[in-house]
Amino acid sequence: MKTMFAKISAIVVAATLGLSVAATGAFAASEYPLNKPREQDWSFAGPFGTYDKGQLQRGFKVYREVCAACHSMNRVAFRSLEDLGYSEGQIKAIAAEYDITDGPNADGEMFTRPGTGADHFTGPYPNREASVAANGGAYPPDFSLLAKARAVERGFPTFVFDVFTQYAENGPDYIYSLLTGYPEDGEAPEGAHVAEGTHYNPYYIGGASLAMAAPLSEDIVSYDDGTPATVDQMARDVSAFMMWAAEPKLEERKSLGFKVIIFLLIFAVFLYLTKKQIYAKLEH
Amino acid sequence: MSTLEHHGTYQPTTGLGKWMDARLPLPRLMYDSFVAYPVPRNLNYAYTFGGMLSIMLVLQILTGVVLAMHYNGSTVGAFTSVEHIMRDVNNGWLLRYMHANGASFFFAAVFLHIFRGMYYGSYKEPRELLWILGCIIFLLMMATAFMGYVLPWGQMSFWGATVITGFFTAFPVVGEPIQQLLLGGFAVDNPTLNRFFSLHYLLPFMIAGVVVLHVWALHVTGQTNPTGVEIKSKTDTVPFTPFATIKDAFALIVFFLFFAYFVFYMPNFLGHADNYIEANPLVTPSHIVPEWYFLPFYAILRAITFDIGPLTSKLLGVLAMFGSIAVLFVMPWLDTSKVRSAVYRPWYKVFFWLFVVNAIFLGWLGAKPAEGVYTFLAQLSTLYYFGFFIVILPLLGLIETPRRVPNSITEAVLAKSSKRSGGAAQDAAASTDNKA
Repeated sequence: MKTMFAKISAIVVAATLGLSVAATGAFAASEYPLNKPREQDWSFAGPFGTYDKGQLQRGFKVYREVCAACHSMNRVAFRSLEDLGYSEGQIKAIAAEYDITDGPNADGEMFTRPGTGADHFTGPYPNREASVAANGGAYPPDFSLLAKARAVERGFPTFVFDVFTQYAENGPDYIYSLLTGYPEDGEAPEGAHVAEGTHYNPYYIGGASLAMAAPLSEDIVSYDDGTPATVDQMARDVSAFMMWAAEPKLEERKSLGFKVIIFLLIFAVFLYLTKKQIYAKLEH
Repeated sequence: MSTLEHHGTYQPTTGLGKWMDARLPLPRLMYDSFVAYPVPRNLNYAYTFGGMLSIMLVLQILTGVVLAMHYNGSTVGAFTSVEHIMRDVNNGWLLRYMHANGASFFFAAVFLHIFRGMYYGSYKEPRELLWILGCIIFLLMMATAFMGYVLPWGQMSFWGATVITGFFTAFPVVGEPIQQLLLGGFAVDNPTLNRFFSLHYLLPFMIAGVVVLHVWALHVTGQTNPTGVEIKSKTDTVPFTPFATIKDAFALIVFFLFFAYFVFYMPNFLGHADNYIEANPLVTPSHIVPEWYFLPFYAILRAITFDIGPLTSKLLGVLAMFGSIAVLFVMPWLDTSKVRSAVYRPWYKVFFWLFVVNAIFLGWLGAKPAEGVYTFLAQLSTLYYFGFFIVILPLLGLIETPRRVPNSITEAVLAKSSKRSGGAAQDAAASTDNKA
């Protein structure tokens, strides 16, 4: 029995290692970003992670009052703001602040009406081309999936450990690091390659500098819950909010996962004991 | 007398059972195939991947069929419909993560299944067709997975499809027509997505068909076992149910534990972040990387950086990549050894494990940029990959001195248990030895 256990665990370890070694594919080598993202503690990390509703509401406020000036978030519906702890009335009020183009009506005319819970967030620009034209040729990416669409290469052997530590917060770590990573004096270090009209940031994944200037400054928003609006706090809150926007079912996923794994563990034990009893009948 | 002596024969007891048996003996087929079917008594856990793979195929088809109900196979709607599945469809996130990670685990299990076959000599006579059917399944799986990865219409979907269909242009004369046929045009676009969706739905059923042939061939020749000695008497075997069934079930649940861990806690670990950006023909990602299970073959493709006469490096790379799969088909005839199992082949064992390490190393190289030292290492690795099949397998069989092979499975089992429990059982083993 012992050797059988040794064998199966060897197979399983080999399989896991094989999978994780192979997963380097997810992290192709690159010289950028200059600095690795700084890993933060997130309430939604780990097997029992959940979103902090207060934080999501604060992050939502940062999005609405700062980011939304350039960034759309058109895959998120107003009704899903329920996840942030807003009541139906509050959601209706938020949605109504947005103008939705609808129609055509009976006269064949398009018309504008206030948003409802069923609508999605509308962006500041009518289309991608308009957003690029308004931002000096740079496209301000849509926020809906950004927290899952950015992952900085972890390198060997870190990505192997990531399997065991369940590290899946590449996106929010990256966004937080980027937002807090602009040099304080705005000056790029000697010798850095900074193209005209771009801003140095060693945490940017696509080069040494990006078109977006440092978007956050102290007290640019005033939090309803009295939390001091430092750049660090706002960056953290909006990163968490973006993770929710990209993965709204995270809590459901993790809590169901725990039940599934407990079930499989118990089932495996019963199957193993049954197997042992059946094989005991075999003469050795 | 058949070597595959059955442990019991199907005896319908109910009226309905008898009625069925006289008309369509499906219950008898099932009984003979999955209950009474004799399997070697010494199968270890390496022999449980086949069962897992059939369950994974069913799981992929089930999740896939439901996903297809919500998916929109057009360049305008594909990415949005996947997000609709993730956000609005009841448990859509679970279906999609199961399907995406299911592909990875399907390949993980198939690699282990193939390695098991290589280690215990499952490809050798009389199982050549069984092995070749397996290779066909593997090829179909690769085609299915590749086309499936294009469906979410993310950046990696689009650029991966562009790169891989571009391989075909390496072939002179027929290359470009083949590429245009695959794409349904001159570039990856709506017709490409439409035909890939259609084929992605079709191929799994073709896989299921070949799986039936694979299992049929298996049931004709019987399974190999760690000793590589064929079944000789009834004491060599146990009935499939309950012995193999319960062992397969336990292994499957352990496999599902790992699968569930990834689905629920690391669902995007095996994917690429760029695929959460909608496909854009005007923006090329900085690195175009295939899914992890294609990386070893991708590394072989890129390892060929030199021309030979009129053959360009591009064509040679593509030939090497297809050749790395094609060589599997002829493996039964490349191996000249009379001994089946690596257990009794001291040198083959060493070269086999080197092959495994080399394959993983190729996978790592496939994810690295094709430049500098990586190219050189990939060339060395590719050399060993082909050298293993074309040089080592034929030569080793001629020069290697195998260890003594037991006379029967029973003898091997008894020898092992006597070693474990000491003196008492030794006599029993000795007496069987004499009999054999």
